Amino acid sequence: MFRRNPKRRPRQVNPRHRLAVLLPTRPGVTGASNADQKFSQLSSGRLRAIHLLWLFLIFGASAFGAGAQNGTDQPSIVMTILAWTPLLLKGFGFNILISFMSMAFGTAIGSVLGVLQISLLPPVRFSSRILTQFFRNSPWLVLLFYCMFMLPFEITVGGLRIPFPDWIKAVIGLSLPVMANVAEIVRGAINSIPSGQWEASESLAFTRRQQIWLIIMPQCYKRMLPPWMNLYAILTMATVLASIVGVEEVMTLAGQVLAADGRPELLVPIYSFVLLWFFAYCYPIARWTIRLERKFVLNT
Amino acid sequence: MEAFFDWFRWLYNETGINLTFIYDAFDRTRLLKGFLTTVWLSAVCLVFSVIIGIVGAWLQGSRLKWTRRIVQGYIQFFRNTPPLVQLYFFYFALGSLMPKVQNDWGGYEPMLGNFAWAVISLSFFAGSFNVEIFRSGIEAVPTSTIEAAESLGYTRLKAYIHIVLPLAFRVCLPALNNNLVNLVKATTLAFAIAVPEMLYVSSQIWSDNVNVREMMTFLLVAYVGLVGILVWAMNRWERAIKIPGYGSQ
Amino acid sequence: MPEHTDNFKETPFVSITDVYQSFGDNQVIKGISFNVAKGEVICIIGPSGSGKSTLLRCINGLVKIDAGSIKVKNLEVHDPHLNKLELRKIVGMVFQQYNLFPHKTALQNIMMAPIHVLRQDAGEVKDRAYGLMRKVRLEGKEEFYPGELSGGQQQRVAIARSLAMNPEVMLFDEVTAALDPETVKEVLVTIRDLAEEGMTCLLVTHEMGFARELADHMYFTENGVIVEHGPPEVFFNAPEDPRTKEFLSQIL
Repeated sequence: MFRRNPKRRPRQVNPRHRLAVLLPTRPGVTGASNADQKFSQLSSGRLRAIHLLWLFLIFGASAFGAGAQNGTDQPSIVMTILAWTPLLLKGFGFNILISFMSMAFGTAIGSVLGVLQISLLPPVRFSSRILTQFFRNSPWLVLLFYCMFMLPFEITVGGLRIPFPDWIKAVIGLSLPVMANVAEIVRGAINSIPSGQWEASESLAFTRRQQIWLIIMPQCYKRMLPPWMNLYAILTMATVLASIVGVEEVMTLAGQVLAADGRPELLVPIYSFVLLWFFAYCYPIARWTIRLERKFVLNT
Repeated sequence: MEAFFDWFRWLYNETGINLTFIYDAFDRTRLLKGFLTTVWLSAVCLVFSVIIGIVGAWLQGSRLKWTRRIVQGYIQFFRNTPPLVQLYFFYFALGSLMPKVQNDWGGYEPMLGNFAWAVISLSFFAGSFNVEIFRSGIEAVPTSTIEAAESLGYTRLKAYIHIVLPLAFRVCLPALNNNLVNLVKATTLAFAIAVPEMLYVSSQIWSDNVNVREMMTFLLVAYVGLVGILVWAMNRWERAIKIPGYGSQ
Repeated sequence: MPEHTDNFKETPFVSITDVYQSFGDNQVIKGISFNVAKGEVICIIGPSGSGKSTLLRCINGLVKIDAGSIKVKNLEVHDPHLNKLELRKIVGMVFQQYNLFPHKTALQNIMMAPIHVLRQDAGEVKDRAYGLMRKVRLEGKEEFYPGELSGGQQQRVAIARSLAMNPEVMLFDEVTAALDPETVKEVLVTIRDLAEEGMTCLLVTHEMGFARELADHMYFTENGVIVEHGPPEVFFNAPEDPRTKEFLSQIL
């Protein structure tokens, strides 16, 4: 007789009810707001579309506004940009290529440098620390200039002439700060492993090399991943610096497009366009990094 | 003093190491001016980015959904796009939209010069990181502390000023220092819009004297030294205001 | 106070002579000497900061001593030419924080050292590891990761891990201090089984009831020196030194 009807909806309480205790609890209503919750609301996927929407609006409005002033004898802003898009996309792809290569070189050398920083030999430890700090504290643009000017334009190895094009020098120049930052990430991850792990493995007679390879490093990989991905996003954005030293990537091409076309109304749309691509590439990486961080915090 | 400079002239004649920025008065002056421009640019950007950070952190706690969303949009935009392209956008794109004013000698120049645009662009860039930093600092203070303050009779505002902000500041400081270091390194971007900071002036010197190698080495040493001094000073400050037993040791 | 060597018929298995140890300016151990015979169970108690844990780490060679000598089965622990591998085959240690390797299962934790350090055959080691899991009463939990086990279970895996190296003396550093009271018992039962099989055990512990029941000899340390020692019946019922009396009255 008193069987619950599964179709019956729960009783709705008037949100303006006098008796406050009957109101459903709403997080964040009290002054003690859980801003972490707010932040997670803000970081929802829906907001991401809104960001892109804003950018499209700015870009579209500027293009439209500029196009409205234009006479009808020249192609419209939007058509111009669409016409140049394949070229600019190729340039952007080149940026991505440079970022992959720099990241690969920098990570390889940086991991070694990071492990050297915990070496038991004081001179090794000292010199690797100095090297890391030196490259961390140098501005990326200055390092880039240094490599562009100091590296030869071709090297002769055993009679074979290997040309050293500008973009390879840029790759090397960018891999130097990456190397230093990766070394710091590795060192930070190793230091975050509780000392009990070192003690236990030492008590079990593992050699230092075995300790690092079998026990410490496998635990470090997870901790290193979010800051490493963050570094990749920063590096991708830094590849634009190569335009200052003459490498033909997306910014130089954008500049050439603007010079070829000559219309000042194109400035805002073209730059917004380039900004949009970088945003579309780096923002998902940032979101993924945050998700990974949260996942690892929950698991440890 | 001249003897000191003469030694460097001798060095050039003997070894070919050409440090014109020491012995040549003109180069010396302009390099010093470039260095001061770098320091001034960093300082101004620091002040503005801190202000932007505080305002942004305050707005992010707002009840209005759209205020929070705009602030979040600003942060994500400035953090996920290259600062160089932001600089170009501000200087070339927005700069071309601004009205032109007449200068002293009858020509028309844009209202905001390249230094001003560099300040605006870099401040917004660094400010976006500061908003996150300040927010996390304020949140690190447990609400029970604020409740305790209120039950002692502090108003909300007074509790913030006397209790929350000092604690939040100590939590923020390491991240703020990191941001400051990145800001000093980012001032080199102003090279691209011909702001006469140290990198730009050095490029002028080396194109005059063809002593690229010396200038580049000097630049590296100078920036690492400047950042090193900054880091050391910041660490001293951190240690001086450290509360024993509070936070991660 | 009679030295704890008067009744020894043969050379002691572990002998600690005049050990001094300091961390920087902080002098932690200020002259400790005692001997342990094979098969004895020794319990060391004392207030925190008295150097007990540091002493165990000195015996194991994890921490260097400033002066004195520690001999385990005629190996001088702090001889710079000593191959630490030889020492650690004989001495096993279990820690307060278990220190299991979180990225390996319980079985792999037990198997790692014999395979990589002793270079023993994997199949053999696996069988032995299963046997050890049975011995610490954790059958069925072999494929669990440390994060999935309770504190008491993790501590028993840690004991099994040390036993896999076939040690001749086991050091226990406050192994039940981080456990919930319900899980303390299961660990103590495991240690009791080991002791009854004849393993030489040195325990730093706060479990007075356990010590009373199992120990062959008790030591009380304070401020880096041994204040009093004796067999449990004498030590607990009629302590001589006032410091010992005070400490025992606080704990019991």
